[in-house]
Amino acid sequence: MATTALVDPDTGLTQAQLAARHGLRVAGERPSLVEYSRRLWAYRHFIAAYANAKLVASYSNAKLGQLWQVLTPLTNAAVYYLIFGVVLAQNEIPNFIAYLTTGLFIFNFTQSAVLAGTQSISSNLGLIRALHFPRASLPLSTTITQFQQLLASMVVLVGIVLVTGEPLTWEWLLLVPALLLQAVFNAGVVLLVARLGSKSSDLKQVMPFIMRTWMYGSGVLYSVSLFERLPGWATTLVQFNPLLVYIELARYALLEEAPLLNESLTQLWLVGAGWALVAGIGGFFYFWRGEQEYGRG
Amino acid sequence: MVEHFNAHTEANATMTRTQERIPTVVVDDAHIIYRVHQGAAGGTTPVAALRRLVKRTHAPNVREVHAVKGISFTAYRGEAIGLIGSNGSGKSTILRAIAGLLPVNRGAIHTQGQPSLLGVNAALLNDLSGERNVVLGCLAMGMHPDDVAKQAAGIIDFSGINERGDFASLPMRTYSSGMAARLRFSIAAAKKHDVLLIDEALATGDKGFRKRSEQRVRELREGAGTVFLVSHQLSSVRDTCERTIWLESGVIRMDGPTDEVIRAYEAYANSK
Repeated sequence: MATTALVDPDTGLTQAQLAARHGLRVAGERPSLVEYSRRLWAYRHFIAAYANAKLVASYSNAKLGQLWQVLTPLTNAAVYYLIFGVVLAQNEIPNFIAYLTTGLFIFNFTQSAVLAGTQSISSNLGLIRALHFPRASLPLSTTITQFQQLLASMVVLVGIVLVTGEPLTWEWLLLVPALLLQAVFNAGVVLLVARLGSKSSDLKQVMPFIMRTWMYGSGVLYSVSLFERLPGWATTLVQFNPLLVYIELARYALLEEAPLLNESLTQLWLVGAGWALVAGIGGFFYFWRGEQEYGRG
Repeated sequence: MVEHFNAHTEANATMTRTQERIPTVVVDDAHIIYRVHQGAAGGTTPVAALRRLVKRTHAPNVREVHAVKGISFTAYRGEAIGLIGSNGSGKSTILRAIAGLLPVNRGAIHTQGQPSLLGVNAALLNDLSGERNVVLGCLAMGMHPDDVAKQAAGIIDFSGINERGDFASLPMRTYSSGMAARLRFSIAAAKKHDVLLIDEALATGDKGFRKRSEQRVRELREGAGTVFLVSHQLSSVRDTCERTIWLESGVIRMDGPTDEVIRAYEAYANSK
């Protein structure tokens, strides 16, 4: 009977002792946080290649192909301008088109990253089950794909802002650190929702509503001065809304006379950096805690 | 230690060149229970779903399956082990547990390095071309970009997908299931694995590819790896494996030299 082979008769070890003697590890064990980060770094080529591949694949069935990278944000801006600029005729904000598109494109970076991130584990189960790599590679490359999309829409944005009469100043350079902080923040949030989304597919249904609520709370479509009419605690809350902060940083960099909710620029940068740090580290830690569970079930 | 090991003497014959047998997979009384979704069975109305939420019970279409009931065995370096048994006997389940994709509910599975599982459904990215999938797959196995560039052409040649026109530059969704499976196997086999788990992945290829892949499995073993092969094609188990484990309803029915085990299995299957 086969069970006689369970224990190596010569050495007389149990299975567990045998495994320990030869330094075998328990299958599917989670590596330490340091080891995990090291492995993830070793997979940087994969992350980059995967992000590029996704970008190429996302428009592979469309006739206009990569042109949609620019057309989608443009169409979006046009629709919102029609409603808020023409129909509702906002006139308290100088240069409303530039104000709107800046907010819209910055917000869209986080929105599309989060929506794609929710499914970054659950839509790649085949890959996860077939090959072994640090799973954080997938949400991270999702973030990078969205960052590449953002760069395309930034070209459009710069065009719109210049055409609408804003001057080109040195302050524009502040856009670069602001976008980088937002990218780190996004990576953290994407890692968070990737783990949540891998557990329950219900999140996919709920996420669009969460993002829309978030958009209304970030002063994308209307003047942020509306938030000053809220009770004091609510205004403070909105002031610390990370997306409002990143949008204001971008508006500060690009626009001359845009209304801002946060008067202190130092506070804006501190809150923006703080959110990036908290979300980045927190999201990574949270995702790592679930590492051995992805692809199971 | 070799001469007293009576359970699979024939397997040991090939092992005598390496003096000490080094275990790569140690399965210690593993039990695996998993929950399966039976699909829409009833009770799928919104009201029923709400009631479940309130009462905190599981969906009625989720059932627990005790797929593996206390399996123990040890696999050594350089061994190729076939896993046979009727459908639902727990073969694929135990492979997925060895790969770390399913938790064991009791007992333990110890492995050397990270086992790689190669299954039929191991899809890569269907929207991308075969070439890009090769690059991505190799990078995902942790290969360096320089090595990938060197090996990519060899992998495509090995898979034979270009035998009938230039398929490597077409998206993978245009491939037949056999072609996709061949490409996946070729990618996975491009790297040296400590433990390679193959789940029916060789069955889809044509005869020429089967020969090549069996040759590749032999090479992997000679490179001190361990190969597990789940297959319903007894001939391919006979050709590649010298040791075979026969599972039936989640327990090991027999573990020994392939010829003996297959003979017993065939007698059992015919008598049913």
